[in-house]
Amino acid sequence: MSWFVSYYRTTVGKKVVMAVTGILLFLFVLGHMAGNLQIFMGKDQLNAYAAALHSQSFAPILWTVRVVMGLSLILHVVASIQLTVHSWNSRPQKYAKIRYREADIAARTMILSGPIIAFFLIYHILQLTTGNIQPSGEFALQASGAPDAYTNVVAGFQVWWVSLGYIVAVILLGFHFYHGLWSWTQTLGWDHPKWNGLRRGLATFFCVAIVIGDIAIPLAVLAGWIK
Amino acid sequence: MNLTLNIWRQKGKIGKFVKYQAKDVSEHMSFLEMLDVLNQELILKGEEPVHFDHDCREGICGTCGMVINGLPHGPLKGTTVCQLHMRHFKDGQEIWIEPWRSRGFPILKDLMTDKSALDRIIQSGGFITVRTGQAAKAEAIPVPKSDAELSMDAAECIGCGACVASCPNGSAMLFVAAKITHLGFLPQGQPERMQRAINMITKAEEEGFGFCSNYAECEAVCPKNISISTIARANRDFIRASFGYGAGKGGKAL
Amino acid sequence: MLKLDSRIPSGPIEGKWSKRLQEVALVSPANKRKLSIIVVGTGLAGASAAASLSELGYKVSVFTYNDSARRAHSIAAQGGINAAKNYQNDNDSVYRLFYETVKGGDFRAREANVYRLAELSNVIIDQCVAQGVPFAREYGGQLANRSFGGALVSRTFYARGQTGQQLLLGAYSALMKEVGRGSCQIHNRMEMIDLVVVDGRARGIITRDLVTGQIESHVADAVLLCTGGYANVFFLSTNAKHCNATAIWRAYKRGAGFANPCFTQIHPTCIPQAGDYQSKLTLMSESLRNDGRIWVPKAVGDERNAVDIPDNERDYYLERIYPAFGNLAPRDISSRAAKRMCDEGRGVGPGKRGVYLDFSDSIARLGRNVIEERYGNLFEMYNRITGEDPYSSPMRIYPAPHYTMGGLWVDYDLMSNIPGLFVLGEANFSDHGANRLGASALMQGLADGYFVIPNTIGDYFANTRLSPVDANHEEFKAAANQAHVFIDKLLSINGSRTVDQYHRDLGMTMLEHCGMSRTKESLTTAMKTVGELRERFWQDVKVSGEACDINQELEKAVRVADYFELAELVCRDALEREESCGGHFRLEHQTPEGETLRDDENFAHVAVWEHQEQGPAIRNVEPLVFETVKLAQRSYK
Repeated sequence: MSWFVSYYRTTVGKKVVMAVTGILLFLFVLGHMAGNLQIFMGKDQLNAYAAALHSQSFAPILWTVRVVMGLSLILHVVASIQLTVHSWNSRPQKYAKIRYREADIAARTMILSGPIIAFFLIYHILQLTTGNIQPSGEFALQASGAPDAYTNVVAGFQVWWVSLGYIVAVILLGFHFYHGLWSWTQTLGWDHPKWNGLRRGLATFFCVAIVIGDIAIPLAVLAGWIK
Repeated sequence: MNLTLNIWRQKGKIGKFVKYQAKDVSEHMSFLEMLDVLNQELILKGEEPVHFDHDCREGICGTCGMVINGLPHGPLKGTTVCQLHMRHFKDGQEIWIEPWRSRGFPILKDLMTDKSALDRIIQSGGFITVRTGQAAKAEAIPVPKSDAELSMDAAECIGCGACVASCPNGSAMLFVAAKITHLGFLPQGQPERMQRAINMITKAEEEGFGFCSNYAECEAVCPKNISISTIARANRDFIRASFGYGAGKGGKAL
Repeated sequence: MLKLDSRIPSGPIEGKWSKRLQEVALVSPANKRKLSIIVVGTGLAGASAAASLSELGYKVSVFTYNDSARRAHSIAAQGGINAAKNYQNDNDSVYRLFYETVKGGDFRAREANVYRLAELSNVIIDQCVAQGVPFAREYGGQLANRSFGGALVSRTFYARGQTGQQLLLGAYSALMKEVGRGSCQIHNRMEMIDLVVVDGRARGIITRDLVTGQIESHVADAVLLCTGGYANVFFLSTNAKHCNATAIWRAYKRGAGFANPCFTQIHPTCIPQAGDYQSKLTLMSESLRNDGRIWVPKAVGDERNAVDIPDNERDYYLERIYPAFGNLAPRDISSRAAKRMCDEGRGVGPGKRGVYLDFSDSIARLGRNVIEERYGNLFEMYNRITGEDPYSSPMRIYPAPHYTMGGLWVDYDLMSNIPGLFVLGEANFSDHGANRLGASALMQGLADGYFVIPNTIGDYFANTRLSPVDANHEEFKAAANQAHVFIDKLLSINGSRTVDQYHRDLGMTMLEHCGMSRTKESLTTAMKTVGELRERFWQDVKVSGEACDINQELEKAVRVADYFELAELVCRDALEREESCGGHFRLEHQTPEGETLRDDENFAHVAVWEHQEQGPAIRNVEPLVFETVKLAQRSYK
């Protein structure tokens, strides 16, 4: 472990940790979205998928994913805080005027979009996983006693401010990915003159896909396509 | 043309902006010549002239540099401030002039900063260890043209510090990476390649510079248009080195 | 009179350097650790010398007035560096490089030094490549060459248009390696303002710390001056703003001989002056002349745009007058030709001091891509400065002071007549005679620093018993005191004109009367004007700020005060040299075709000036003996 510690002590080490955990978190978001889009295939399909995730045989995988995601998130956040402090220290006196040519809004607001997404995530888990918060009333259960995921999602999104909060969070997540998905290629040194043009394109593609895919659900609920 | 200048004046620890009027500025003047003319007036009025670093005035020595209206080296891309001409400004414009601001570049006076941290980074590994007289015959080391070109692209760095000045994190990574890339593309640079990446990057941090968030702002203000591809390469070398790759190439596990 | 023993080894020219290498006494490693050397300047000569000497084990302290060693003006050299590698199989050889350099210098350089330079040219390339200098390559991976400035073979190695930068960064990295190892100390932002001589030997320097203003004494066993040339005596030159002659001038005033001060070079391809505020002139690499054609309109006062003037109304004067070399005629010849054209009233651009450098034929022949690949960065630079596009209309160029072949006198070992004071690179006089060929300044700086001084300095130490000296020695105290007095005096005048105003006046006088062409009359006028200006300066200059602070005006004032004295010496030397050679062109001495007319009978010598505390300097002479080459008229027709 000592190599990890001394490695982590450098800023490049911290950046690598952020990149790797960022990729893991992104993959989770992608998979999570793919699963949730099954809502468009009807109530049974989604509830069956939810049931499968919570089944006995799947539990080891589920818990592995939860632990890895939890650790990733913690590392990602801790590293980002340490790096931000480092960044502030590097320029004790700010410029009176500053203009940016390349550093886009997504890149410069990573440190804002990040915490907002984290707060949303807590809410999201409390609402839909544990059921501690129920904006629409009760946490619906199926006849079998398992949570009725479909009903909970639809009921939640029918509350306009829940949908709005969700949409805002997803858009911020999109911004976060827009920079993050490109940035990790640099941080991990994935640079090749042939593929460099593709990096920005792929990052944009995936972040747009996630925003559209995730927003589609509350919009469909609000529009009444999913009841 | 006539211009209003807000120039950062600093003597000792604390500074402030002072307003000056520059009258009858010719569009063919360089920005520094415009300041020269202002300084002549100030001297004759019995005031202290504005101090700024400069030397070659042809954009190659890397001595000059100031932030003009929020942009290091001013509004023209790929240019040092000594090669910035007044034709890129408008009559009546208000201009804000500040020094490089970074923990690694303490301000000495007015717009002058101490950039010797960059020297110390080079001392930590920005070289190929070959004593005078040890060299092999030049013709014995062929270098593919494409590698030589990429190496040269990075080697053009003039060490002006604009990358640090522009970076929201105050990172010197473009400077460091340019040297790592310059030497990393050449066969002569291989033996020390891994150690170089570790030493230089660690040293830059010690000197108080920030880290790279891949904003790419440095690339946009670099007077020599050095690409952030160099940063990816530097990161790669650093990562490989710290995993102990290329131990035979002067690398070691951290 | 000065004792001028050039110590050139006897024997055939090919064997002189190896003979000297065999003769020099060695210093044991244990003793090297105890010997300290001061190196002033971190250009090619200074950085390479400091790094090499530190590698050998000497205690080295390096001084530069810049904020970093990497800023020295060698960095601005664009074109390239010569070496007799003969990679092109075009019949190049050490002898040919040697001969061309002697001939290019109009037979006013020391044969033996030039031969050594040509001999060392090849190992310089080896050394630089090993350091990671990214020279241009061919597709096969081998080093590329181009022909450059008046050479009929392709022997110039280059790194785009930034060869000087890359070579300097190579030497700088070697120096940084030594500093990082702790075996060499570097002092940034420290300007040498005096040399200290104890018991007839150079034992240290007095510096001014440009940040704190402190005057400091530094003691050593030998002092190396690698401080470049004095072209800024002309105010507008291609040198960097801070390049100055103070170090060599103070050494001169402490007894070092100043050789051939009138040998100054005016570079033919610079961007012309745009206005009165102009602070310096920018060189456009001579390599442009490989593909550009130089012309002026045939008619006097032709006001049309360049592109509107048809081919038959253009005078491609270099091609016309010098058919064999055409646009590649040597620097002094092309510069004078440009001046003649402008004097005839056929100049172009603002002030009519300019000629066209036209790429339209090359673009038509090779395509824009090729031209862009070769000169892209230079074209960009031109466009940035002038706002004009050289791809669509020709560039305007005009000669500008660029290099000074004159400098402190040194022997074959690069030691001046003050024992323990060595002078390297442009600061010495030795290798370029009356005119320097393109791509040979870099060669000389590196040859001196990497390969000559590390071998010859040991001989001085081995044959000298140095008494212990410290900064409290009375000579150091006296010199430091003088420096204080000098600076206080400058600050106390509080007159009505700025340092720059005086410097500009000095430059204009020098360029007008002691520039590309000189006459007895013009030189007499110049000396009178310079003398008057100097007197006014000392009564009426206004230097702002304080002594113990960063004070750029004070820095300038110290330098300009020395320029006045140096300028007078340049004029006097030009006046006494009653012949024309290389960059020194006396209108009284020219061939019927208007070329330089040397007087080998009376002036085949180095003029070495000796400072006198009272009265004018004394002219000493070191005869130039040509054993190998035959003196001939330099013809490029």
